[in-house]
Formats: sequence, structure tokens, C-alpha cells
Amino acid sequence: MHELSVCQGLISQVEQIARREDAESVTRILLSVGPLSGVEPQLLADAFPIAAAGTVAEHARLDIESQPIRVKCDTCGAETDASANRLLCGSCGDFRTRLVSGDEMLLMSLELERRERA
Amino acid sequence: MCDTCGCNVTEGNRHLIEGDGRLARTESGREAISVLQGLLSENDHIAAHNREHFDRHQVLALNLMSSPGSGKTRLLEETIAALKDEFRFAVVEGDLETENDAQRIRDKGVPAVQITTGTACHLDAHMVHNALHEIDLDQVDIVFVENVGNLVCPASFDLGQHRNVILLSVTEGDDKPAKYPVMFRAADLMLISKSDLLAVLDDFEPNRAERHLRELANRAPAFRVSARSGDGMQAWFDWLRSEFAALRERVQRGETMRPAIQPDGQLMHSHDDHAHDHAHDHGHGHAHTHHHHAAGHRHD
Ligand SMILES: Nc1nc2c(ncn2[C@@H]2O[C@H](COP(=O)(O)OP(=O)(O)O)[C@@H](O)[C@H]2O)c(=O)[nH]1
Ligand SMILES: [Mg+2]
Ligand SMILES: [Zn+2]
Ligand SMILES: [Zn+2]
Repeated sequence: MHELSVCQGLISQVEQIARREDAESVTRILLSVGPLSGVEPQLLADAFPIAAAGTVAEHARLDIESQPIRVKCDTCGAETDASANRLLCGSCGDFRTRLVSGDEMLLMSLELERRERA
Repeated sequence: MCDTCGCNVTEGNRHLIEGDGRLARTESGREAISVLQGLLSENDHIAAHNREHFDRHQVLALNLMSSPGSGKTRLLEETIAALKDEFRFAVVEGDLETENDAQRIRDKGVPAVQITTGTACHLDAHMVHNALHEIDLDQVDIVFVENVGNLVCPASFDLGQHRNVILLSVTEGDDKPAKYPVMFRAADLMLISKSDLLAVLDDFEPNRAERHLRELANRAPAFRVSARSGDGMQAWFDWLRSEFAALRERVQRGETMRPAIQPDGQLMHSHDDHAHDHAHDHGHGHAHTHHHHAAGHRHD
């Protein structure tokens, strides 16, 4: 499973931001992970404590939000809901659609505690 | 890298942060910081760097993915044998299913670098980057990266390739595209491999496999090929020729080529193209700095 590698990448990004912001700890991490991202939110959540151990994010809460799968049709222009293995236009049925949302794999935001300034 | 720049705001995701702003204080005195960057942005930056290498040397880079045993190595062997007077090939071998894949390629007189992935289920851009150090790209026209045999994990990692080629052998189910939509959505070409076995495997219906591919909104061509009998290989060779010509033309115009579908993070780094213009609209107000690709990192 590749979710541990993804988590390790996440932690190194979080560490860089925490350093830049002079944060003492990261208290919450918000991700957006779509059904077509190729990453399983549950596996990501399982891997998180392993990757976060001993880092500034060790005690952070990990929240993962999802986005609906939406497609926009090149043929008729409609924007409709779709499912992971049926990305056809919900209006005219054409397969020439583009994904509008559902493949996100994003670090959205962090909540952190700053060091006391002297 | 882009970790400080917030440059990942695109038309598609701008609404997610609007009205929020970068800094918002929560009650407890903690700070919430909008980040909005791909979870694999480190990988994606190295991938962009690999792509720059390929482009600079006008080398077409193809990422081969499939289940274990679908015929990736065999396809490469036959392709090399048929086209070795036309193209100079190199192979980055990441598949450990059979120990001697790299040796099979070298036996054909083509340089091959074996990546030892250990237990890794996918290649990442860093592994490929290290392998590239062992290949003289000036002496190469086409690099094949044979990924780990796996229809899940490799799909998430950009390696810097220009195109994804996905093999589906007729000994597998023709519904594989429906079962592994993330992988098959990423295909720029689907090869229905081992087509010589269709005669004896009557439950695999190539048209059904192609229909499942279309249901993923994928417009990629689907060819039936048999590396064993040679049937259908001409279409694959022609595809290689046209992609190679397309890459040359793009590079000469100062552009590059990317797989049609990419994981989200890569799309957000599309500004890593050669025309490195960072005057793009970030849609939010904080200053940002770019430190793309450490200077001094040249190894031609
Ligand atoms: N009948 C038939 N067998 C093939 C064909 N291509 C590959 N094979 C066999 O399938 C097995 C796995 O092939 P290989 O190239 O090692 O698959 P890989 O794991 O995807 O690299 C080997 O025994 C090959 O000889 C083909 O076109 N037809
Ligand atoms: Mg192989
Ligand atoms: Zn439509
Ligand atoms: Zn950037």
C-alpha cells in the first residue's frame, strides 16, 4: 500500500510549514481526498500515526473530507454527478466528459500552536 | 519547492478557500492556515525535474503499468528487437516479479537500470531520478519505465513520464478498467495484450474492455497486441513513432507533453513547465517565494 508513502510526504510538508510559521505543534490537519485520488482515506488515517510519530504533528487531529465526483460534458455542457467507474455525462450520456471534482489529494489547511514570542 | 508559495490555487479549487483567507484565528489562540497543496508535491516536483531532463535530451519517456505478468517485459523485448535500428532505447526496470527483467532487456543490447524497490508497491519520481543518473540520455530516444506490477499504487505517482501505457492481458478480466478506475483513467494508451490467447479464452471480450475504458471518460486508443505472434504490434509501433515525433515538435517549441490525466497534485504543478512564469494569479494575498529545483543540480 502506498498510503504510508503519501503520509510521509504529508508530514514533511507539514514540518516545513510548521518551521516556517515557528509553530510549536500542529493541532489539526485537514485533507481533501476524493474517491478518484487513488488514495484510501481509511488507509491514510491508519498510516498517519506511524508517519507522525516523533514529529511536530504527533498529536494533530487528522480530518479528511471528500469531494463528490462531478463531470462536465464536452458535448452538451452539462455538469452532473458521476461515479468512480462511470464518468459519463448524466444528461446526454456521452463519454467525452472532464472531471470537475473527485480526484483531489490535497493538504487543505493546518491548525497550529505558535511558540510564545520572547 | 512550492511549499511556501500557495501557488496551488487553481480555477477548480479556488472556491474551497474563498472567504477564508490564509490566516484565521480560532478561539483558543491557535492559528488556522490555508495551505492547499498536493499531498505528493515533493514527488511532483522531482517528477517535473525528470521531465525537464527528458525534454532537454528530446527523450520520450513512457510509463508502463499493468498487473504482474501482463506482458510488459515481453512487449519491451519484442519492441526493441523490431525497432532497434530506428530508435535508441533505454529501460528503467522497476518490476521485481521476475528477477531478471533488466537482464532480459540487456540481452537485447539495450541499457537497463534495475530499481530495487524492496517491498515498495510503486515507483516514485525519486527512484526514477536516481536511475536516470546511470543512463546517458544523449544516447537515447525513448525511455521505457516498467513500473511495479500493480494496478493501484503506481497510478498516484508522477515519474516525469510523457505518456502512460497500460497493459491489460486477455488472461485477466475484461472488467479490470471498471475495477481499477484510477489506473485506467490515467491511460494514454491501453494495450490489450496476449491477444493470441483470445482464441482459447472466450470470456475476455476486447470490445467490453474498451467500453469500460470509455466509461471512465477515457479517449485513449485501445490496441490488441500479441508480443508472441506479432499480431497488432504495427499499431503500437506507429503509436510510438507518432508520440516520439510529437514530443520532438513540442520540445522544439519550448513546451512539454504530459499524460492526459494526472493526479491532482501534478495538475497544480503544471506551472513547472519550461516557460517558468510565475506571474500566475494566486487569488490570495500572501507573498510567496519559489525555490524550484536546487541550483547546481545538473548532471548531463
Ligand atoms: N501467449 C502469450 N504470452 C505472453 C505474451 N506476452 C507475454 N507473455 C507471457 O506472459 C508471462 C509474463 O510476461 P512478462 O513480460 O514477464 O510480464 P510482466 O510481469 O508484465 O513484465 C511470460 O511467461 C510471457 O512469456 C503474449 O503476447 N502472448
Ligand atoms: Mg516484467
Ligand atoms: Zn452531455
Ligand atoms: Zn510553484
